[in-house]
Amino acid sequence: MAEYTLKVRRYQPESGEGAYWEQFQVELDPSLSVLDGLLQAKDRDDGSLSVRCSCRAAICGSCGMKINGQSGLGCKTQIGEAQELAEKKASVGPSADGAPVITVEPMANMPVIKDLITDMESTHWSKIRRVTPWLLPHGEAPEREYIVEPESMIDITQSMACIQCGACVSSCLSMEADPEFIGPAALAKAYRFVGDPRDAETKERLHDLAHDPHGIYDCTHCFSCVDACPKGVAPMDQIMRLRRKAVEEGIDDDPNNGYNHSEAFVRMIEKKGTNDEALLVQESHALGLKGKLKPSKHAIKGLIESLPTVLRAIKTGKARSPAKVIPGIHPKLPGGAQDDVKAIYKHAEEHREEFNLYIKGEEEETE
Amino acid sequence: MKLAYWPGCVSRGFTTELHGSMAITAEKLGIELVELDRANCCGAGIIAEHNQELADTLNARTFALAQQTGLAMMNICSTCQGAQSECQQRLDADSAYRAHINEVLSGQGLAYEKGKDGWTNKNFLWLLVEDYGLDKLAEKVTRPLTGLRVGPFYGCYIVRPKERLGYEEFPERDIYLEKVIEVLGGEVVEYDGARKCCGFPVIMMNRDTSLRQAGTHVGDAIDAGADCLVTPCPLCHLNLDMQQPEAAKVVNRDLGLPVLHLPQLVALALGAEPKELGMSKHIASTKPVVERLAAVPA
Repeated sequence: MAEYTLKVRRYQPESGEGAYWEQFQVELDPSLSVLDGLLQAKDRDDGSLSVRCSCRAAICGSCGMKINGQSGLGCKTQIGEAQELAEKKASVGPSADGAPVITVEPMANMPVIKDLITDMESTHWSKIRRVTPWLLPHGEAPEREYIVEPESMIDITQSMACIQCGACVSSCLSMEADPEFIGPAALAKAYRFVGDPRDAETKERLHDLAHDPHGIYDCTHCFSCVDACPKGVAPMDQIMRLRRKAVEEGIDDDPNNGYNHSEAFVRMIEKKGTNDEALLVQESHALGLKGKLKPSKHAIKGLIESLPTVLRAIKTGKARSPAKVIPGIHPKLPGGAQDDVKAIYKHAEEHREEFNLYIKGEEEETE
Repeated sequence: MKLAYWPGCVSRGFTTELHGSMAITAEKLGIELVELDRANCCGAGIIAEHNQELADTLNARTFALAQQTGLAMMNICSTCQGAQSECQQRLDADSAYRAHINEVLSGQGLAYEKGKDGWTNKNFLWLLVEDYGLDKLAEKVTRPLTGLRVGPFYGCYIVRPKERLGYEEFPERDIYLEKVIEVLGGEVVEYDGARKCCGFPVIMMNRDTSLRQAGTHVGDAIDAGADCLVTPCPLCHLNLDMQQPEAAKVVNRDLGLPVLHLPQLVALALGAEPKELGMSKHIASTKPVVERLAAVPA
């Protein structure tokens, strides 16, 4: 048994007051959970302390919360580990002298109803419904069940592991800046159907998600959801797969320039080996501008918007050499190295092998 | 200490001041750098998103070039660290996959070998703390950054996902910047954005989201009393510094906070002059930092 201090962010709407912090002393074994600690505080100190929970075994997904600033499940976070994290955070910076306490807050990116209970409808369930989370098969339904090859389902097992706890939504840094972003949970759910061999509207789904300005190209690739997810769904990885599939389906006219940016980048490294920033800016907004001279309105807007930044960089000397302002004159890799890179491209474009760590796992060490 | 050095694309592109500062810092620390001038872009996650095998092979090539020198590898970009670690994790996971990737490299006289003589690829920040040592760094400080209030800004790729980035072995990797700032004599500023996203990956896809992220973090650091930010990621630097005037428009407030590259901050404490560190090239004026340091008696 050990003693811990839980610093809980509380909000009691009926009081008419704003949110406030309250500390509770609890005593329990370090291997028990932060949720156990909260329930002890509720039992012994204040019965009004409100938290949503049910299974206490990381299956029901009810007790999503932020512990020491990190989104996750209260029942899956050991209180001893939470204390260690609090101590690490307090070991540096201005708070280094204070006694470390475990902070517990309601999930972010969603309205708080009371204490640690959030409204899951407005930013979680509504977005899940947004991605049409059911199968859309075509043709006559089979007499009995659909028959699929077991291997074809392996690819989507990771996204099927989601328990809808909302921890990824709470952690999402894109949603923090753009509340309209469809978000990690819903997009991982979208992949669950895009990758399902029984679904017949794959291309329509991808088109929809690529053409929504708050869709797959609104993810900032920050990995927050990957660390937050208690079930290893890695929502960001599913979003990247959606992007890859959208490109493979030839969906090249998304309003975010997602396709153009990806294509421009990949082709540029094949030609130059390293980043030609001036070319990337131009091509991301208007792919093949030199060839077609037909950039979209959106592309022209993007190019004009980037002008002041370029001019400032020229002024300070950051971008004064011609290679940094004129697209395409950036040098190739030296001494035949560029040919080596091209050979790698040729090989990889032919094979396109994907090594899925979630499915294959790490090989046992043989030594 | 001698290292194979991958400077990354951006340090030789829009942030040349980083490339130059690293050379000065390395010399002052007594680290010899062997630059991998034939190595290629890490793909910044974008190539992996397009074709995983392509990204894995390109990075295996860089690792093989480094291993050929017989030296451990150092990078100076959080994004390179993250993108390269992602590929290395897949390469290290399976010998058959590694052999498949090495097949194409063999035509170039190269091979990536898992764990060859304890080979590692580390960002300058990790290397400074884990291999060079903070005690040794402290001995080298000739101009302590006394009174300089510094906000750390890590860059997503160097803090997440923890399971891939060696946090099991090195659990304090997400507080190294604070430790370095303190060893250099500076004061750590706590603010909300230190481990958040600068927004750079979507600057060309969703400009508003991107600049809102950058502007919010810079604003939060100013409100917390920071004199400057410091980052081990030049891509974060592009959004936090180069785009700062644009970010200010999106968050609708005045900003104007200097953003230093990690080697610049280290070099300043080791006695380098701001001018030789290219600090005049920054978009957000670094004058407040220079003035603050000038006010400190040597």
